[in-house]
Amino acid sequence: MAEISLVDTRNALDPASPLAVRGLTVSYGEKPALFSLDATFPAGAMSAIVGPNGAGKSTFLKAALGLIPRVSGEVQVFGRDVDRVRDRIAYVPQRASVDWDFPTTAIDVVLMGLYGQIGLWRRISGQYKARARACLDRVGMGEFADRQIGQLSGGQQQRVFLARALAQEADLFLLDEPFAGVDAATERAIIDVLKSLQADGRSIVAVHHDLSTVPDYFDHVMLVNLRRIAEGPVRQVFTAAALSETYGGRLGATQIDTLTLQGA
Amino acid sequence: MGPFLEALTFQAGYNAALVAIGAALLGFAAGAGGSFLFLRKRALVSDAVAHATLPGVGIAFIVMVALGGDGRSLWGLLIGSAVSAWIGLLAVEWMVRRTRLSEDAAIGAILSVFFGLGIVLLTIIQGMSRGRQAGLEDFLLGSTAGMLFQDAMLIAGGGALVVAAIWLLRRPMTLVAFDPAFAAARGVNVRRVDLAMMGLVLAVTVIGLKLVGLILIVALLIIPPVTARFWSQRAETVVWTAGCIGAVSGWVGAALSASAPALPTGPIIVLVAAGLFALSLLFAPVRGVAASLMARRAFQRRVHRRQGLLALSRAEPIHDPLTLRILRREDLIRPDGVATDTGRAAAAKVARDERRWSIARQLHHDTALTGRYDGLTPIEQVFTPDEITHFDAAIGGPNLAGGT
Repeated sequence: MAEISLVDTRNALDPASPLAVRGLTVSYGEKPALFSLDATFPAGAMSAIVGPNGAGKSTFLKAALGLIPRVSGEVQVFGRDVDRVRDRIAYVPQRASVDWDFPTTAIDVVLMGLYGQIGLWRRISGQYKARARACLDRVGMGEFADRQIGQLSGGQQQRVFLARALAQEADLFLLDEPFAGVDAATERAIIDVLKSLQADGRSIVAVHHDLSTVPDYFDHVMLVNLRRIAEGPVRQVFTAAALSETYGGRLGATQIDTLTLQGA
Repeated sequence: MGPFLEALTFQAGYNAALVAIGAALLGFAAGAGGSFLFLRKRALVSDAVAHATLPGVGIAFIVMVALGGDGRSLWGLLIGSAVSAWIGLLAVEWMVRRTRLSEDAAIGAILSVFFGLGIVLLTIIQGMSRGRQAGLEDFLLGSTAGMLFQDAMLIAGGGALVVAAIWLLRRPMTLVAFDPAFAAARGVNVRRVDLAMMGLVLAVTVIGLKLVGLILIVALLIIPPVTARFWSQRAETVVWTAGCIGAVSGWVGAALSASAPALPTGPIIVLVAAGLFALSLLFAPVRGVAASLMARRAFQRRVHRRQGLLALSRAEPIHDPLTLRILRREDLIRPDGVATDTGRAAAAKVARDERRWSIARQLHHDTALTGRYDGLTPIEQVFTPDEITHFDAAIGGPNLAGGT
């Protein structure tokens, strides 16, 4: 007799993927922000989440991290429940979400990334301070360690946030619009750090708003607008048809042509 | 020794010493505990918590009398106040989460309703034939008249517990206050940390009821952190500094009121804290009023110096007397107005930085940063070395880099 299984294993989430979701639906009130979304981000890749404003990109990251409740669906990080692997995830929230007059210096912010290792009570020893400083150096902010964060520019604040994520020594980096409102030099510095993380075998998933840099920066892309429009390697998925489906009339046909030509 | 010094050195009698020690401990716990509320931008929640204690005091009294007591057990009254304050706190939280009301509106509603209910209960109690109701209204403004050793011990023990809890929870609370999304992603339970923060404030309020009263305890929770913020740019320093400011206020305030018996203790403690606040507001480095006035004068001098150097680099004549005075004092020009060697070198650097800035404005899309061009701030303080190298590359050959 054939075994009858009630569990549908045909489409089991890939346990090797750093972040895989199935049927993810999130809603604010009764209007879904994401509807029945499937995605499987590959390990060791730079992945972008792309879509128009209000498409649910940030919501996706927050729901994946369990910061907002999901109505339905399943999320797995490295094949496990997200709560069991939080130590392997570094999250860089949107810059706008923070009070920049808060009494804290750049190095204090980076040390927050080490709280998990320092523990709740132990004194912060020189060893941790040295590690925090090394992370600041890696994003080119070593000289700004003792500045109050409100005195930094937007790009510099973003670098400090990235340094805090580096301090966590995570395997999966989730970044929400890391390039929004930053200057060209900072964008360069951030992308260099992310590429070096990738070279170390870490996985990166970033919400990204600048279509023109997608083919340069990323290997894998998910186009999203409430639902998943397309997902896969940039070369296959980042097409004129998929982009116009994602953005509707918001992008002109010529814009899309230029973008996909660059990507080809 | 005057009566004030005697009180300050705990030599003005047993009761006065108890009050001074109790007030100092309470002040420390209140200052440190209130800091996290202030950092979380929820300082006014403490006002709702404090006012929500009053119905609990009334109900606890009525229950204790109904059970046959005289209704004056301090423990009973404090437990009652803690329960009703907790209910008030949860009500604020629930309204914010479940309705479209903003937190300030919820605070206003809860504060006034609970306080109104408390006053009604106190009025009913005044008309009761049983129980010893005299002195219940002391919970409004505090009183030291009947301070007993066990009351001081209650404040000391409760305060120590609160401070220990603050120390244990300081990192999660800082994380939640600064960046709740990051904290949640790290696995910190933000709601529970918020409730713990409020729980600490509630504990301070309850142990402070007897001494400062529910109306003024808010001042001890808010004024010390605001004062401490003038002195530090780091959250943890703000917390402990606020604790010390609260302790000094409690101690000096208690001593002042002990040396002049007609002065009420709670209000005097608050006024001392306000005095420290005013001093900090005026004289704190960097953020104080005097410091910003001085910074403004220094700024004016830098403007004149910079304008002078720019004029030198363009070989323009300088007429402004202040500019001339500054340049002469720094030996950048000779008394007759001709640039010295140092003056010429400084002028060349200024000219080069102007060119870097103009490149920066073209290359940099971050208006927050290029907006910091004020003609004065050295470019090295705004941009990182790699950014400046980037600008220099864009300026072109060294022949354009001007004088270095």
